[in-house]
Amino acid sequence: MKKKYLSTGNEACGEGAVRAGCRFYAGYPITPQNELTAYMSRRMEEENGIFIQAESELAAVSMVFGAAVTGAKAMTTSSSPGISLKQEGISYMAGCELPGVIVNVVRGGPGLGNISGAQSDYFQSTKGGGHGDYRMIVLAPASVQETFDFTYESFGLADKYRMPVMVLTDGILGQMMEKLEFDDDIQAVPEGDRSWVLDGAKAREARCIKSLFLGDGALEAHNIKLQKKYRKIEKEEVRYETYKLEDADKVIVAYGSVSRIGKACVDRLREEGVKAGLFRPVTLWPFPYKELSDLAKKGTRFLVAEMSAGQMVEDVRLAVQDDMRVAFYGRMGGEVPTEEEIIEQVKRIKEKEKRKK
Amino acid sequence: MVGRFTKPRSMKDVTTHYCPGCGHGIIHRLICEVIDELGERENTIAVAPVGCAVLAYDYWDFDTMEAAHGRTPAVATGVKRVLPDRLVFTYQGDGDLAAIGTAEIIHAGNRGEKISVIFVNNGVYGMTGGQMAPTTLLGQTTATSQFTRRAEKEGFPLKVLEMMSVLPGVAYLERTSIHSPKDVMSTKKAIRKVFQTQLDGKGFSMLEIISPCPTYWGLTPVKSLERIEKEVVKEYPLGVIKQ
Repeated sequence: MKKKYLSTGNEACGEGAVRAGCRFYAGYPITPQNELTAYMSRRMEEENGIFIQAESELAAVSMVFGAAVTGAKAMTTSSSPGISLKQEGISYMAGCELPGVIVNVVRGGPGLGNISGAQSDYFQSTKGGGHGDYRMIVLAPASVQETFDFTYESFGLADKYRMPVMVLTDGILGQMMEKLEFDDDIQAVPEGDRSWVLDGAKAREARCIKSLFLGDGALEAHNIKLQKKYRKIEKEEVRYETYKLEDADKVIVAYGSVSRIGKACVDRLREEGVKAGLFRPVTLWPFPYKELSDLAKKGTRFLVAEMSAGQMVEDVRLAVQDDMRVAFYGRMGGEVPTEEEIIEQVKRIKEKEKRKK
Repeated sequence: MVGRFTKPRSMKDVTTHYCPGCGHGIIHRLICEVIDELGERENTIAVAPVGCAVLAYDYWDFDTMEAAHGRTPAVATGVKRVLPDRLVFTYQGDGDLAAIGTAEIIHAGNRGEKISVIFVNNGVYGMTGGQMAPTTLLGQTTATSQFTRRAEKEGFPLKVLEMMSVLPGVAYLERTSIHSPKDVMSTKKAIRKVFQTQLDGKGFSMLEIISPCPTYWGLTPVKSLERIEKEVVKEYPLGVIKQ
């Protein structure tokens, strides 16, 4: 039976994890996701799961690493400065091929920054953050409902590919309250292959989980294996959303909170006769390069809007291969761009185009 | 009666990579002997450190894993909480436990995590070339205390075991050594005690073992054992600290 709730993004995230079957959570308080840690402290207990408020974000991700080794569905959450601390653990999980979910409720940075929602961790999430040649599947919700849905799905993806998966949200989505709907009988995400877990070598060969490969050529071979996995994900797991794109020649590219503003801008621009549309990446990795490239071939001009100094815009430029047609508008330090600001930018593109003709 | 001295069942038949006179070989073997005697090989999950013993899993025929440097007790916490009836132990050196992992060891103890910690204290960082460790003695020369360790600039040898003794969640703490056959036997008894503490569900247990590092002490293996007897145990007294 479908139940309706009014929920914050943070709590929706927690409930999505619980419903997916997550029964191990380790975290540390940090604004703006404290509601999530507190929520998990109650829900894990209610579901006979394990909750640990760790001594640091650093310790928390290593606890998830330990739990993941046993095949448990494990999650840790934090916000930007805490996610910086988790980079070590993420790299280790990627190298050891362990499933796990990390949620970043992004706030303004760099350094201590502030506690407003922002989008300045795109590079950190998609281009590494941790050391070594690895990738994380990164899902970017744009509503409380999606925060629930994507957190729920992230466990399945982590399990399917034996890798850490990130849900990249922000302080606005985390704190806002919206409708949340899900089936009360929703089933836990089915467990994937468990032939690699450590649970005591009973009636089987002892196993070793590690990312250290010192032998001649061994680490390269391991990396080749990881890369094969990433190529497969790039082929099969790209997700994106489009809005009024069919005849659009001015496309706003935005993700998360900003995509909501972008949608409103598209409607207002259309009222003024501008053929505007929105392209919204949902997986930030794997990034929808091909889809943007195809759009570019139609002569589209893009405005990338982010709450950052310009991070995703680099991937858009890579896809479009024509910098003249990719404009950027960003607000930093947790400031939110207004519809007026974005609409103004799209109109400027239109002006430039007209002058060229 | 003619017997055969063989490797314990839990120990893999591999060539050692450790230096001549290193304590790890002895300690690895004692752990395997105890695990076999307790019949726990199929129930054990071990977390290896970063340090010379990073390759400990090459010697042990039970489930093993690595951990990021210092995070070992946090990783073990994750494992033990999900699988509370397994024997989960960490094996850590001076850097892993007493430097980068100080927060993790204290909090694992403070939460009373039912894990066992084998702390190998040889007063230097071997793997990386003999740098000063928190456990390096005053007056000791190392790669990063080239003018010897001086209290005013380099601080004092850290007594983690004594620090841990005030934590109510900690059930058993002992310090032993392996510089003589008698001490080797004491260490084996202590390893068994520490594992049994976990198996009995009593709480967090930790054994600190004073071990030699001939390479970075600049001494022969025999002289290293003498140094432990004459100098190190004076700073790090042997015995049960808490039970």
